[in-house]
Amino acid sequence: MTKPRVAFFSFTSCEGCQLVVLTIEEQLLDLLDLIDIVTFREAISEKSEEYDIAFVEGSITRESEIERLKTIRDTASIVIALGACATIGGVNCMKNQYEMKSVQKIVYGEMADNFDTIPARPIEEVVKVDYHIHGCPIDREEFVEVTKSLLLGKKPRIPDYPVCVECQMRENVCLFEKGMVCMGPVTRAGCKAICPTYNDGCTGCRGLIDDPNLSSHKNLLNEHGLSVEEAISQYMLFGENSKDKFK
Amino acid sequence: MHDFHVGIEHITRVEGHGNIVIDVKDGKIKELRMEIVESPRFFEAMALGRSYREVAHITSRICGICAVTHTTTSIKAIESALGFAPSEQTIRLRKLLLNAEFIQSHILHVYFLTAPDFFRVGSVFGMVKDNKETVLRGMRLKSLANDLCALVGGRHIHPITLKIGCFSKSPRPDDLAAFRERIINARPEIQETVEFFKTLKNPEFERETEYISLTNPDEYALYDGVIKSSDDGNTSPDDYIDRVKEFMVTHSTAKHAKSGKDSYMVGALARFNNNHEQLHPRAREVADELGLKHPCYNPYMNNVAQVVETVHCFEDSINLIDELLSNGIEEEKAEFTPKTGRGVGATEAPRGTLYHEHKIDDDGKITYANYIIPTGQNLANIENDLRSLVPGILHKERDDIIMDIEMLVRAYDPCISCATHLMKVKFVNE
Repeated sequence: MTKPRVAFFSFTSCEGCQLVVLTIEEQLLDLLDLIDIVTFREAISEKSEEYDIAFVEGSITRESEIERLKTIRDTASIVIALGACATIGGVNCMKNQYEMKSVQKIVYGEMADNFDTIPARPIEEVVKVDYHIHGCPIDREEFVEVTKSLLLGKKPRIPDYPVCVECQMRENVCLFEKGMVCMGPVTRAGCKAICPTYNDGCTGCRGLIDDPNLSSHKNLLNEHGLSVEEAISQYMLFGENSKDKFK
Repeated sequence: MHDFHVGIEHITRVEGHGNIVIDVKDGKIKELRMEIVESPRFFEAMALGRSYREVAHITSRICGICAVTHTTTSIKAIESALGFAPSEQTIRLRKLLLNAEFIQSHILHVYFLTAPDFFRVGSVFGMVKDNKETVLRGMRLKSLANDLCALVGGRHIHPITLKIGCFSKSPRPDDLAAFRERIINARPEIQETVEFFKTLKNPEFERETEYISLTNPDEYALYDGVIKSSDDGNTSPDDYIDRVKEFMVTHSTAKHAKSGKDSYMVGALARFNNNHEQLHPRAREVADELGLKHPCYNPYMNNVAQVVETVHCFEDSINLIDELLSNGIEEEKAEFTPKTGRGVGATEAPRGTLYHEHKIDDDGKITYANYIIPTGQNLANIENDLRSLVPGILHKERDDIIMDIEMLVRAYDPCISCATHLMKVKFVNE
């Protein structure tokens, strides 16, 4: 059997999710017995235009990125969105609340016109995506599990229940009981509730579950002292792109 | 070779997207530039209007590889604006976490991104066949640093526990004590690392430049200090704008910077040149063993300076854990009332000095943000190095010229997604 050819690509992002892939360390060498990594700019010099599976990190923020992404989609039989920027748009989308011209001007001043940008979007708004590995950054165990499933020809299981489920399984005290606020009740699980476990509220980096009870969650945030504006601001940290859902 | 055209598109084994274009005609450089083609990120615009409480959480996302430094620097800027001084415990934990990030980042760079060049292979995977034990050692040391990051910060990439004023959760003393043992037990592998890098010979090349880093009378400055220039003295971080003159060039989405000269260098070699006497004694010995002598004007030796700093950070972490354990570790809380103010945070990132400036209003909303990234500061210096390097290596074979160029750029450990993102070499006329 020939080994599947795997490529990693990055668009507008911090490349942290590819770094998470590198943190699987020795497992990566095991993985190399099963796959050929043919393109991974951050880690290897070899490059190939022929691959079966493409992991794509980053959101799309320039016209030139749209063409690059379409070529990847045309080449790969399976495209996997890697991390929040690719799956839901991520922090890059925060700039979408402004006119692009003013954003360019704030950072590049008089030379703004030299640095084109378009409103940030997840890759799914440009091409069809087969699977999503959520999170900012991704969880390394989930990456390994999804990759294993793909190699076995099985559909990867991505949770459609909220972070609260995993948080309770870890027997954490609910942060709302501690007077804090949390996006856990509406956010897709899979992170093992890592932020609440370290006593920090979930900020929704994995995106919303398919059927979130937003009005109830908004009330909960209000009861804990957040104005409507502040509550929406919480939703917008990673999810500006899906803001219509919150209105 | 009198005529030489090279266009390295998307240089590999660096963080982010960049190209190198060099055009030599009749032995003279006509064109030389390092193009930064990473998509611009616009963090300074995105921070506006956000709460002072969440801005560090956002700026962490500037960079996956130095997320701890970005978060720390952002927090320091906010604390400065609020006029708040954190506890000794919090500062020690921040230093410990920063050491872990330095080890993680330096090990990644010297073992996985630069070592393959010395074996003429395209990646660390190409080293596995003949040097598997070396690769595994690098992975084990990187894992150790990852685990230390996770113990203190919750995770390395986009740390969770780092907050304004304190940590949201402190590590348990038992876990810290157990970790101290792991570092002690890793000492033989750290020494084997030093032995390994003794066998790798960096190209000979020298060009003196201005070296800028933080400096601190009490310690080898990573977490805090004032800005030191090797040319003309110290500057308060509050006045960073007088020292770091940013400018824009159309071929780079990352801003360039200069100080007194046309360009300057930041990073491990700059820190070594400015502060080598304050390194841990074991790290100073390692510098001698590896032939790194002060002052060093060979930018390729930045890799060696990173190995030296790795030793320093391991040893300093042992000391920090001892201090934390002997003082006892408490869960801390910090409350703030925001008020209008300005604050600057300056911290050494693995790649060089990082600055965050924030202004906030009475509601705690960010009204101004400015972030100055190490790789951006190095770009002009990399171009000047290449201008000086290339005429002297034109007698070499084409592949060897490209290798020397790529290795020089890689030695700076550029992080372009940070500075916005860097590169590969292809021949323009082919």
